[in-house]
Order: sequence, then structure tokens, then C-alpha cells
Amino acid sequence: MVTHALEAVDLVKTYPAGRKNPPLRALDGLTFGVPEGIVLGLLGPNGAGKSTTVKILTTLSRADSGTARVAGYDVNREQDQVRRSIGYVPQKSSSDPMATGVENLVLSGRIYGLSRADAVRRAGELLERFDLTEFGDRQVKTYSGGMQRKLDVALGLVHRPRVLFLDEPTTGLDPEARADLWNEVGRLSGDEGLTVLLTTHYLEEADRLAGQLAIVDHGKIVAEGTPESLKAELRGDSVHVELVDPDTDGTVRTLIGQLAGVGEIVVEGNVLRARVDHGATAVPAVLAVLEDKAVPVTAVTVSRPSLDDVYLRYTGRSFREASLEREAA
Amino acid sequence: MTALTLDLPAAAQRRTGFVAHTRLIAGRWLRAQYRQPALIAFTLVQPAIWLLLFGQLFKGVVNIPGFSDSSYIAFLTPGIVMMTALMTSGWSGTTFIADMERGVMDRMLASPVSRGGLMAGQLISNATTTLIQTILVFAIGIAAGARYDGGAVGYLVTIVVSMLVGIGFGSLSNAVALLTRQQEALIGIFQFVSLPLTFLSSIMIDPAVAPHWVNVAAKFNPVDWAAIAARQALAANPDWSSVLRHSAYLLAFTLVVGWLSTRAFRTYQRSV
Repeated sequence: MVTHALEAVDLVKTYPAGRKNPPLRALDGLTFGVPEGIVLGLLGPNGAGKSTTVKILTTLSRADSGTARVAGYDVNREQDQVRRSIGYVPQKSSSDPMATGVENLVLSGRIYGLSRADAVRRAGELLERFDLTEFGDRQVKTYSGGMQRKLDVALGLVHRPRVLFLDEPTTGLDPEARADLWNEVGRLSGDEGLTVLLTTHYLEEADRLAGQLAIVDHGKIVAEGTPESLKAELRGDSVHVELVDPDTDGTVRTLIGQLAGVGEIVVEGNVLRARVDHGATAVPAVLAVLEDKAVPVTAVTVSRPSLDDVYLRYTGRSFREASLEREAA
Repeated sequence: MTALTLDLPAAAQRRTGFVAHTRLIAGRWLRAQYRQPALIAFTLVQPAIWLLLFGQLFKGVVNIPGFSDSSYIAFLTPGIVMMTALMTSGWSGTTFIADMERGVMDRMLASPVSRGGLMAGQLISNATTTLIQTILVFAIGIAAGARYDGGAVGYLVTIVVSMLVGIGFGSLSNAVALLTRQQEALIGIFQFVSLPLTFLSSIMIDPAVAPHWVNVAAKFNPVDWAAIAARQALAANPDWSSVLRHSAYLLAFTLVVGWLSTRAFRTYQRSV
């Protein structure tokens, strides 16, 4: 039997109604398992339930029903053991801006029971590993966003946890800082036995960092597997047709649907996506039928399946659309 | 299944209890305070105005028949000490709000840190501020002409009760911070309660010449208990039973609100 470092079974969590908000079912029977030593990417748009899952697994919040075990411990009954086994890097920067990098790390290490000397040694190691040594004695408020984020990850590792939670680690970072952090997180998976749960709404980030992916939508896992296997399940290529005018009456949809070897057509505004057996033969056919009916087209692109297509396949809408929908809600 | 047990050595266990965590957390806040010494000076502006301006404006009130003290500045100073402790500790919760606005609070609460230590550590640093303020406010009062017969014990009692006011209302402020999670709400609530706490008391005026209903309200006012204990202890012939009784009320109040505010962490976690 495979030892699961993380295990969630049928988690349900509803936030009570506020003055302005209706009650929100954040998790709706979420179930997944992560073997030891794996980087699991929890991928979904804002509001899909990723952070709620992390908060329950880190003992910050409690599920209404369902069970979860972290590093073998029950999150409800063995909170103290869970807390000692995990590192948590919240969405927002978690360092004390008034303290220096070293002071932050030493305090955190000592809270977990390291002696002063051990905590200082460990702080030095981590600062070096994250290229922050020369800033160790500067107050965190003088750090750049990227440096603060690296310190946050270091804070999560001070006590050598078994499981590390990274809640949207690169949100708000500039591209350079993001690439830098990706390198650091990529190196973490080499750490002996460390299991990482990474939540993200960046497809690229999930593709790049996660050994295993779970796609979350409306508080449920809708697909699970390695990024490669998820993509491999999608046959053929995907074709995106950008129209000049939105396909409001469904004419274009019908036209393209009649072509051979074309399926899974989704229209969002003036973008039509379809799955085709062979991109090279489908594109000319698509263009021909559109030209025949004088439908103006801005662009046609054909691509190998991406995680975006995987998302589309399992949730019925594109990732971008799902994010917009949540923001509007 | 293979349980990933972390068998901590005994030394590490000792380092992760309430006392150890209180020390660590207090260290964090004291260090932050030490880096901004100007903040304490800033909080002294108000008591200085009260003492110097009101001490002068109302020095005639001691002539009202029944007023027990012969010097208004001497009467006013211990009260202003308690008022300063109250006003400053009202801001205590803003440190928690700042931690919540960043991810510091969530990181702490996902760690095995003792919740009591998280609260007590912050309150110790708050009480240290009160201690420094009490000494400085007294210095201003004495410079303005206040004189006391009570001696060292009187000053010591004043310092201890002022620190209790700081801890008690500091923990209330922290609890409100955990419950409301909003800076504006915290400040609003504290301003709303600090005014009646100051004026429904014997801080400004001898109860003997105050309206009856004010004296009734003052009986239930922890800030007044502190002011009475301090003024009595500083008097030439202190009524020690009154000092002890009012100090005991204050200690009980501080312990109860301290315990309640530690419970507020649970409420906060329920809402995250």
C-alpha cells in the first residue's frame, strides 16, 4: 500500500451567509490523495476551493464534514502533530516586516522547539539556499516582493516539515521573480521525502512544477493525474477560431460541427474552440466552410493540447472564462 | 501505515510550552517597539496636555466643599496615568490586525505555537510600554507640582495597577481585533468605550462632589478601581483594605478578559 502524505475524503465546507453574501459552498465533497515525496498542483480559478482546502489541511479551518489526514495524522483529532509536521506558506506574505530575515527565521525555528544555536544555524542555511544571505540582517520591509516570497518559503521550511503547503506562491510577482521562485520550488521536490501541495491558478505554473495535478472546480476535484497523462487523454489537436463577430445564433457552431473529425466545440464570445483529429487537415476545411458562408475570421490557431484544454474538457469552460465568472460573482 | 512520528527530545518539548512561547512572542514585540521609540513619546502628548492644561484650568475645584485633596495636580496625576494606560492599550489589537492583513497570523496559527503564549507575549510587551509611560507621566505630574506622601510602596502599587489596566484592556483590544479583523472597527469600538470609562470615574473629579449616578457607574469601572488603588496607596495614610480590594477586582478582571481573549483565536479560525 502506498503511504499517503496527504489524504482528503469527502470534505465539505460551507461559509455562512454574510450581510451581503449568500452562503457559499466552498468545498462540495472534495477527495484526493497524495503519495509521499510528490509535488501536487491544485489547479483552479479563484474561488474554486483551493485555499479552503489548504486551510483545512493546515488545521486553520475545520471542514463541516469529511476527514483528512496529513503526514498520517487526523487534522481534527491530532492537530498538534499535524502542525509539527507541516510548513505553511500562506497566500499573503507571512514574514514580520519589522524584523530582519534572520530574526523571522530564528523566531519561527524556536517556536517549533529548536534551540537558539540550532535555529540560528538553520536560518543561515536557508538564507544561503534562497540567495538571501546578504539581506539576512535587513528588515523585511526593505525586501522586494520576490525576496519576501522566498523568505516566506524559507519560513515554511525552518523546522524541516514533512509536508509543505504553498498557497498561490507566485501571485502578484513580476515575471522575473516568478521564474526565480519556480526554480527554488522545483529544487524542493528533490528534498528527501518532502511532499508539496501547491495551489495555483496559473496553468503554466502547474505544468512546470507539479508532478501530479488535481483540477478543482466548484469545490470538487474534476480530474486528477500527471500533467502529461491529463493532456494525453485528449485526442488530437485543438483549434481556436477567432471570429470578428460573436456567434450569437449558433450558425458557426453548426457549420463547423458538420465537418468530419471535429468534436467538443465550445463557443465563448467570439472565440470558438474545437477538438480535431488532425490539425493539419482540419484547418483548411474549417477555413473553407467559413469562407463559403462569408463568415469573417480574425485568426485560426492549431495547437497540441494544453492544460487549458484539459481544464476546458473537464469543466466545460475555459480557464479564463471560469476566472472571470468567479470575479463577477 | 507508517506513522511519521516526530519524537521530540525532552529539551525541545520544554521549549514549546506556554512559558517558552510567551517569552519568544514577547521578544518579537519588544524588539519591534525598541525599534520605534518615538511611538511611546507620541502617546505621551495627550497625558501631558491633560496634566498641564487641565491641572491649571481646574486647580480651583479642590476648593469645592467636600473635595478630599488639597492639590488638584496631585489628585489628577494617578488618574491620568490610568487613562494613558487605557488609551494606549486600546491600540494593542492593531498589531494583531497587521499580522492578519499579512499572512503572519495564519502562519502562526498553523504552527504549534501556544495560543495563550501568542496572547500573553504581546500583552507583556504592551505592559512594558505602560510601565515606561507611567513613569514618564508621573515625572510630568511631579514637575507640575504634584507631591505624594505615600513613598516607594505607593509608586509601586501605581505601576502594578497601571500595568494591569494595560494588560486587561490590551487583551480586550486584541480580542476585538480577532473578532472584527478590521482596523476601523477596532479603533471605533475603543473610542466609543474609552470616553465613558474615563469620565464615569474618579479620574478627573472627587466622587464626593460628583453626581450620584456617576459614582454608581464608577463602581463597575476597572479604570476607576485602578485610579482608587493608586491614589489610596500614594496617600499619607493609605486605606490598605481599599487598595487591596480594588487591586483584587482589577486582577480578576484582567485574568478573565485575558482568558476570554485567548478563546477569540478559535472564533477567528472559524471564520478564516
